[in-house]
Amino acid sequence: MAFLNFLISGISLGSIYAIIALGYTMVYGIAKMLNFAHGDVIMVGAYICFYAVARYKLPPLVGILAAMAVCTVLGIVVERLAYKPLRAAPSLAVLITAIGVSYFLQNGALLLWSSNPKVFPSVTGMGKISLFGGQLTVSLVTVVTIITCIVIMLVLTWFTGNTKMGKAMRACSEDKGAAQLMGINVNSTISMTFAIGSGLAAIAGVLLCSAYPTLVPTTGSMPGIKAFTAAVFGGIGSIPGAMLGGILLGVIEIFAKAYISTQVSDAIVFAVLIVVLLVKPAGLLGKQVNEKV
Amino acid sequence: MANKVKLVPVPSGSVIPERDIDKSPILETHHLGIDFGGLVAVDDFNLTIGRTEIAGLIGPNGAGKTTIFNLLTNVYQPTRGTILLDGKSTKGLKTSQVCKLGIARTFQNIRLFSAMTVMENILVGLHDEMDYNVLSSIIRLPGFFRSERIARERAMELLSIFNMEDLADAEAGSLPYGAQRRLEILRALATNPCLLLLDEPAAGMNPSETEELMENIRRIRDMFQIAVLLIEHDMNLVMGICEGICVVNYGKVIAKGDPDQIKNDPVVIEAYLGKKGAK
Amino acid sequence: MNKNKTLNKTSRMNFITYGVVIAAYVVLQAMVSTGSISSTLKGMLVPICAYVVMAVSLNLTVGVLGELSLGHAGFMSVGAFTGVTAAIALQNVIPSGTLRLCIGMVVGAIFAAIAGVLIGIPVLRLKGDYLAIVTLAFGEIIKSIINNLYVGVDANGMQLSFLSDKTNLAEGGKLIIAGPMGIGGITKLSTFTIGFVLVMITLVIVFNLVNSRSGRAIKAIRDNRIAAESVGINVTKYRLMAFVISAALAGAAGTLFAENYSTVVANKFDFNTSILVLVFVVLGGLGNMLGSIIAATVLTVLPEALRQFSDYRMLIYAIVLILVMLITNNPTLKGYLNIIKQKLVRRKPAAQTVEGGADNGK
Repeated sequence: MAFLNFLISGISLGSIYAIIALGYTMVYGIAKMLNFAHGDVIMVGAYICFYAVARYKLPPLVGILAAMAVCTVLGIVVERLAYKPLRAAPSLAVLITAIGVSYFLQNGALLLWSSNPKVFPSVTGMGKISLFGGQLTVSLVTVVTIITCIVIMLVLTWFTGNTKMGKAMRACSEDKGAAQLMGINVNSTISMTFAIGSGLAAIAGVLLCSAYPTLVPTTGSMPGIKAFTAAVFGGIGSIPGAMLGGILLGVIEIFAKAYISTQVSDAIVFAVLIVVLLVKPAGLLGKQVNEKV
Repeated sequence: MANKVKLVPVPSGSVIPERDIDKSPILETHHLGIDFGGLVAVDDFNLTIGRTEIAGLIGPNGAGKTTIFNLLTNVYQPTRGTILLDGKSTKGLKTSQVCKLGIARTFQNIRLFSAMTVMENILVGLHDEMDYNVLSSIIRLPGFFRSERIARERAMELLSIFNMEDLADAEAGSLPYGAQRRLEILRALATNPCLLLLDEPAAGMNPSETEELMENIRRIRDMFQIAVLLIEHDMNLVMGICEGICVVNYGKVIAKGDPDQIKNDPVVIEAYLGKKGAK
Repeated sequence: MNKNKTLNKTSRMNFITYGVVIAAYVVLQAMVSTGSISSTLKGMLVPICAYVVMAVSLNLTVGVLGELSLGHAGFMSVGAFTGVTAAIALQNVIPSGTLRLCIGMVVGAIFAAIAGVLIGIPVLRLKGDYLAIVTLAFGEIIKSIINNLYVGVDANGMQLSFLSDKTNLAEGGKLIIAGPMGIGGITKLSTFTIGFVLVMITLVIVFNLVNSRSGRAIKAIRDNRIAAESVGINVTKYRLMAFVISAALAGAAGTLFAENYSTVVANKFDFNTSILVLVFVVLGGLGNMLGSIIAATVLTVLPEALRQFSDYRMLIYAIVLILVMLITNNPTLKGYLNIIKQKLVRRKPAAQTVEGGADNGK
């Protein structure tokens, strides 16, 4: 039963990673940039929700929607101000700019909301579900997280496959020049991608803090790095890859904590990533592109 | 134009110049072939090139010519068959090792070290001519200076072939197109090859530049006494300087012979112009 | 005429770099001895040297080899812990602190180089962003390992244990590395002069390497790997060479850095430190060593200089960083910058050499 319990909490943590990883992977796929500020958008989302729910006593759903709205706008603004002027710049310049944005968000949060940890109120309530005659208890947060993740996955798959905007996104990630010649507005497509990614980050932030309720301005950093790892793990640029990578990473992390050692669980997660990349250099579901001679 | 050479047939069905016939060939391939997935890209490719021969490899687009170059330089490992360079098999070697054995090449889409100077590009080609190690370069032992000086002199000599001495310190990526193509040839020559592979050397050149290039290829062959195998779509160039020509289509050899034979071969005409043209 | 002028461009730039470093050392040393330097700045001299070495060595990987490394602090960490351990272990054998520090830096460099080989072999099989993420992963793994490492020394020699303190030292034994507590009670051995010497040695190694057949091979691989292979360059060998030399220098910098404080913990050398050094490299310009030196110095001093803005300083730092990246990389803004530059150059033609060096970061 312990095993099953660990598996479920692994999948739950992995679902959060997966939702964050989706943002990374979509942005990477279309803008070919590693958006290191993505982790901090999560933190912003969590703070917005915290203030809405804990301070202004708004219902949790309103809090989540507010967080999504703020993060979506934040994503678009950051993209317009910091990344769009660098569309033709070397990727390293964009990477450093993203790091600058990350510093900005963290330190802005520090000023606005101070470094005192906030205790995040669970948006799902503290309920627990007992299964197998009480041998297996699953908290409500876990269930909600996993369901949310599945829903997001289904909606995104449908969106990129069937809508005009989704197809435009796929076209832009293949070849921006050709997409532009086909009449696709590349700039607004990229903005849209950032908006979706940031909106998802808000959801991930709320879920993350519901499960691990301590909120500080650096809350987003480590989950951000882990989710980035998850995106690479699954094959960066691939939406199912981000899902698979995120969930596997969460499960590996929880199992490493439970069966090996809490202290080195992060090292084990990263070691698994290295082994996977050595065997499959483009990640689990990524496409290997060989340079043509 | 070309002084008529007498050609002698060899067992692989190729023809090589008479002056090379009492020497062993520089390159032989036997039943060379490669598959990509299920696709047979090159099959049963047999070719013999004489020590100082200028040979041509022609065929329609997508016939597998560049793939053959990639096989000869071990960029791809062949699925079948063998490559003998100067009688020795190159099986399992890395591209860099094949170069050390004597095959140098240029690329269809120019591949220079564009952020480095012209001089540095040649010096990279002369890498193995310099014999000092890392330690010697870091603490600057006398061997370093001697070796560097000799290499730079050699590089200037090579640049003088195309009168490019003045460009030695220009950034390679900033050169005009023609000069880039010439630099790529010089860089290949710097590795001291016995076989030079040129992938569409005349691409993008106007007729007078092509004329000059033909002269230069012949001059290089005479100066260095090496064999040249070139892929080219410009038939004036191919017919003008190649002694032996090999025509491929769909990864298979469809004809071999001297320029006159190839020009009048109905199979070749059909491959290029379609069935109607052949009649 | 024209030929000779440009031929010397690289070596002229190298001499300017040496000159700037020596001049800075002389001026600062004079200020220290006359006491006209603030104590804050004085305390930052050694860290600045360590960060300069970090930036120059990372520039070898990122600028010269052309591979993005996000785990450079890992090598610094390996160097810090092995170097300091060596210096402590030799405490009773070698009385001279300077000599102990030098041995410590060599030990740190060797262990970091070994880590460089072990990590480089798998990492360099990958490309681009995948390579970057794996260096990040290795950096985190190194941090985790050192955080859980216990090393003690007693009459029976050195004892190691992992995860918890199981060293079980004999009477008179001493625990050197205490897991997450790191190394405590370090006798400060680093001085500004030794830091300066390490910077100079680093510059000599990097410049002489870059301007040799090995360095040209490394640059050739960066510019066009396939072409480099086609002219006989052993790509794996030279990629590993650049990576390992870069790691070894970071190791020496780690020892220098750690020997400046009384304690050192593994968490000091985390992802953020790697990123910080990467920021120096990119701001200073890829392959531009003088740029790295200036960026490392300015950005190490800047947060202190901004202290008057107290809480806002890191926010300002972030904004400065973003603005600099936008100005130097956005075509429109870059155009304005060039116009300003031209106006300045017209007024003061002598400024040209310095300008030419500082904006290589394309």
